[in-house]
Amino acid sequence: MRRALPAIAALTYAFLHLPLAVLMVFSFNESRFTVWEGFSLHWYRELFADARMMEATWNSLFIAATATAAATVMGTACAYGLWKRGAPILSGTLYLSLVTPEIVTGVSMLAFYQFLFRYMDLRLGLHTVILAHIAFSIAFVVVVVKARLKTVDASLEEAAMDLGATHWGAFWRVTLPALGPGIAAAALLAFTISFDDYVITSLVAGVDSETLPMVIYAMARRGVNPTVNAISALIVAGLGVFILIAERLQEA
Amino acid sequence: MKALRFWMLAPSRALMGGLFLAPLSIIAAYSFLTRGTYGGQSTPWTAENYVRLLADPLYTLILARSFWIAGLSTMFCLLLGFPLALFIAQSGRRKNLFIHLVMLPFWTSFLVRTYAWMFLLRDTGLVNTLLQWAGVTGEPLPLLYNEAAVVLGLIYGYLPFMVLPIFSTLDRLDKGLLEAASDLGATPWTSLWLVTVPLAMPGIVGGCVLVFIPCLGAYLTPDLLGGGKSMMIGNLVQNQFTSARDWPFGSAISLALMALVMMALWTLQRRQKEDLL
Repeated sequence: MRRALPAIAALTYAFLHLPLAVLMVFSFNESRFTVWEGFSLHWYRELFADARMMEATWNSLFIAATATAAATVMGTACAYGLWKRGAPILSGTLYLSLVTPEIVTGVSMLAFYQFLFRYMDLRLGLHTVILAHIAFSIAFVVVVVKARLKTVDASLEEAAMDLGATHWGAFWRVTLPALGPGIAAAALLAFTISFDDYVITSLVAGVDSETLPMVIYAMARRGVNPTVNAISALIVAGLGVFILIAERLQEA
Repeated sequence: MKALRFWMLAPSRALMGGLFLAPLSIIAAYSFLTRGTYGGQSTPWTAENYVRLLADPLYTLILARSFWIAGLSTMFCLLLGFPLALFIAQSGRRKNLFIHLVMLPFWTSFLVRTYAWMFLLRDTGLVNTLLQWAGVTGEPLPLLYNEAAVVLGLIYGYLPFMVLPIFSTLDRLDKGLLEAASDLGATPWTSLWLVTVPLAMPGIVGGCVLVFIPCLGAYLTPDLLGGGKSMMIGNLVQNQFTSARDWPFGSAISLALMALVMMALWTLQRRQKEDLL
């Protein structure tokens, strides 16, 4: 067992990391086929020249940034509200949103939007995507910020209020600063989840709101394309840095 | 005190009510309606959609396949995840590093990770190229677009959900028990079976449920790696809402899927009292 365990672990780590590593290496391949023909930035050049891909990237960045900002503020406030006393229905709903299969969340939002549109002159577009993204990322923010709140001493707020601070003042100047790293980590995770979402987004997006995952999906459906390798490598590198920072912050 | 808490919770209450509970209620209502002539929903109210899901052999086959694929993926995740969790729990100071190495690929794009397997497994992919170069096979093997590829993609996608709960129970395990077992003459294998595994049971059950739930509701993996023949419940839902345009039936399948998820969670909740939120 002494020797078997590290061997199994090494193989499992290889299984977890090699596919992405290989994908990234081959994004620098001169050839369009899986034969190495030399280092080249060819596919990256092609990627940046692709207008559809670039527009989708901007859409994704805009959606993720907006949804992250809103979900972080709302989720942090929510975690704080749940700190000293629970709210079973709200907690239950957030928990339910975490375990609901994405496809179910997606079709129910689609049905809901279409139902509303019968009475309102609106259409699917960036706004419907952003609202959906806020809704499915709030629970993640609440979980991360709540974990951070467990390390905060509640009596500090009471002390501040004894010294004359209002409840809001105590929150704003005592508890919130202590939550800083947790909130930042939550925001990074929310951004990652939003930027990557395909299933829900594809259902509630309109004609003018194609996101990067939607383009990648469409290209992948048509077969492997080296430009997809290039954009994948950039996404993995970009989100990877985000995640490393988020994990550092959560430990701090 | 009360006013601040109210306003802190109000935005989330409004948003989760309006954009999560209300949509779920709508499809719950739709699931008891009938498909209209032009694809809308119309009365009469009926339980027909649920009957159809359970009675039509085509749909029972998809349900059965979803359970089979999710179960198989969960089993393989356990076979890979338990040794890995055990290794990490015993690795001393480098524990944190090893846990990060499990989580890092998990947080980077699910879509990209699925695409990576398409890149590896297709006819002209790296695996087939290597196999042909090594002379194992002359013709490319059909590695992509089958159930095995879906299972592989799901294992790859959800292995961390298995490793983390098992690791956290193993990490709290009293090392003295293992020493006692070995003092009493147990070999490492016997004490693994009779001491470690039973004590890690809450983590094992937790990990299995956490892997099984997303696998059962999977959409992207069967869609991209499975091709047309490995349809699962998630694909059936998507299909009813898009090309088939039968929203009432799609809603009924969604609710049935939710019920299955709830049942899986209920088994978990009975065994451990820890709250996620």
